Amino acid sequence: MAEEILISQPTTEALSTLEQHFPGAAQPAEYEGIVIAPGHLGKVASFLRDQLGYDYLSLVTGVDYPEATAQFPARFETTYHLFRSKGGGPLVLHVHANRDDPVVPSVVGVWPGASVHERETWDLMGIRFEGHPDLRRILLWEGYEGHPLRKDWHEVYYEEEKKPFSSRHPEGRPVQAEERAPLGCNLRYPPDWSPDSWEPQAEMRVYAPMDEHVGDNGRSMPTDQVVINFGPQHPSTHGVLRMVARLDGETIQQLEPVLGYLHRCHEKIGERNTWLANMPFTDRLDYVCSMSNNFGYAVAVEKLMGVEVPERAEYIRVIMAELTRIMNHFVSIGFFTNDIGVYLTFMLYALEERELIIDLFEMASGSRMMCNYFRFGGVARDLPEGWLSVAKELVYERIPRRVEEFEKLCLENEVFRARTIGVSALPADVAVAYGCTGPLLRACGVPYDVRRAEPYSIYDEFDWDVAVGHNGDIYDRFKVRLEEMRQSLRILRQALERLPDGPIQSKKVQATAKVPAGEAYGRVEAPKGELGFYVVSDGTANPYRYRIRTPSFANLGVLGKISRGHLVADVVAILASIDITLGEVDR
Amino acid sequence: MVEEDNTLMTTENSSLPQVPPELQDNVRLMPWDKLYNWSRKRSMWPLFTGLACCAIEFIAAAASRFDMGRYGMDIARASPRQADLFIISGTMTKKMAPQVVRLYNQMAEPKYVIALGACAISGGPFKDGYNVISGVDKFLPVDVYVPGCPPRPEALYNAILTLHAKITNEPISSLRWYQKDGEDEGIPVPVLGPDMVDWRLMYKVPPLERSK
Repeated sequence: MAEEILISQPTTEALSTLEQHFPGAAQPAEYEGIVIAPGHLGKVASFLRDQLGYDYLSLVTGVDYPEATAQFPARFETTYHLFRSKGGGPLVLHVHANRDDPVVPSVVGVWPGASVHERETWDLMGIRFEGHPDLRRILLWEGYEGHPLRKDWHEVYYEEEKKPFSSRHPEGRPVQAEERAPLGCNLRYPPDWSPDSWEPQAEMRVYAPMDEHVGDNGRSMPTDQVVINFGPQHPSTHGVLRMVARLDGETIQQLEPVLGYLHRCHEKIGERNTWLANMPFTDRLDYVCSMSNNFGYAVAVEKLMGVEVPERAEYIRVIMAELTRIMNHFVSIGFFTNDIGVYLTFMLYALEERELIIDLFEMASGSRMMCNYFRFGGVARDLPEGWLSVAKELVYERIPRRVEEFEKLCLENEVFRARTIGVSALPADVAVAYGCTGPLLRACGVPYDVRRAEPYSIYDEFDWDVAVGHNGDIYDRFKVRLEEMRQSLRILRQALERLPDGPIQSKKVQATAKVPAGEAYGRVEAPKGELGFYVVSDGTANPYRYRIRTPSFANLGVLGKISRGHLVADVVAILASIDITLGEVDR
Repeated sequence: MVEEDNTLMTTENSSLPQVPPELQDNVRLMPWDKLYNWSRKRSMWPLFTGLACCAIEFIAAAASRFDMGRYGMDIARASPRQADLFIISGTMTKKMAPQVVRLYNQMAEPKYVIALGACAISGGPFKDGYNVISGVDKFLPVDVYVPGCPPRPEALYNAILTLHAKITNEPISSLRWYQKDGEDEGIPVPVLGPDMVDWRLMYKVPPLERSK
């Protein structure tokens, strides 16, 4: 497998191959990747998947260029990040669309996982994907006015294009956002709009894909199919997720997640922030494991900045990331058992371990949950005195015993096995096509782990194995999680033993430091799957485009598929086995 | 820290009936308000809801290290009709606002609201966002604000004790929800239109102003 990982320059190779097969379809992009002519995208996509092995589409996103650049005119650009599920670096495709009526062909037919990303791009950027089977808004609601991530769209509390705002420096009086807004709050309506002659459509469109099937089920005994609604206030949806499902009796016929109830406009805010100021915002993405989010963002921006990370900082980063993984898996198992009916017992056990691990985070970073610990080129603070002995105690003594205990309690438990074995089995090829990552994918037997597939930081220096399952059912997902905890402990033991002395930051990066123009996609293996940050810089102190590929969001795309044919009671189990955090799904 | 009056009061007032000395350990005399509020505050049931990050700290506060059971708040209820404390733990977005308002309207009175964390207080770090409501108090009457992003469980406990103190001092005779015509028609539930439609704003602002 090592030979395949070494394919580090796929772009030039792919460009020449594409030039042979599709003359005139491809040209090199401004910074990275290949620009494909929109008319050829469908054929090129199938060719890349079938002939060159790019079977895993990680991310589809849009970038708005209202001004012409040196090479290209004003445009909307969709960007595709492709990977091989055997490992290796990305192949980046760009497709341009004109600014007045941006239309790009959809690639859902080639990579079904593109569906959620394309819906999001349509929602926030307003790029229409021709051929997408269900192009509705995904984070905002049907009927919302405007596409917020366009550069010429300003929110109600808009102050200035970029932070730091001049009114705050050096002696300006800060003005409350409410004072500036015309209505005195964060609301705005189109000029010709009146509430009297208007029909709300947001709710109706949620049920639209279900409606055509409701009615007779086609069997001899006529029964009706009904549409039900879970959430967003539901104790088992792990936050504010909503699902609508069409049922035949108690069996799920169709299920659609309805997202966006925690859409906090992360990306719009991120594009106004300075580069470093986004670091604390990444904490709030997957709020269970903030350290991994920091890691992803740091890796992405360091690619652009070209900063070296000192060795001690790398070790500290890995230690923190692996502790986070253990903590997340504990919490994940705790919540799962809560959902299948054990109620609080497991959760209390799991949260006990979480408390001990976040104590370590608090010692190092000063905060329990929102650590904001990583910096470009290192970490914020050195480990305090006594940290190592507490960590070693946990890693060598307590956590291994707890993992054993959890394994016995879960995997050998009659009820646990009955609820999980064979439920929602996901075939490996489907999982890859839908862009699933993390334990969900590895449970299907695909040994894809970003730490191994495209090693970042110093993961290639450690001795560890990728945890893999076989059947892709819920049981295997948890088996993989438990095994991953063991492997994390293995990495931790090596890292804690070898932790070198030295500086923790190569050089102090200023809060308003400028980042060289370019684009980068930095990805890490977060506990829930591949967490990627796609950042575009125009050479200033603020990101030009800041897009987060979160594992929860991508993994939810397959929820409808793996729930079909199962009972309503299994849906909460399936959802909990995917392991989502709503802060990350909706951003 | 709030001074909390945990003990049931014995009275020294001579106009009240005197308790025989042998019964003084068993009988307590107190105003009705005091007893009623004491039992009320000791059995608050929070609504099992989490909007965002702060919900994790809410769960941590309920778990074994901090143990909410000490305050009679063992069981978070998933149904708003069984809950009397709404801990709004996280960012209230425009898309979620109709649900939050509806949950509050469905809760049985007496009901209380704790705004947990910066987002619930003012929108916090996400205030500028186009989908974020800058503070739940734009819709719901908030009893206690807990600053922090997220607040530590200790901060939540301080809020709970503050709320207890507030409840202890509530005179039943004048509280709205114990009055004959104290029915509240609830907060108008917003709907999702071109932006979130807040009906109170619609009636307050004339159409011409709105178009600005």
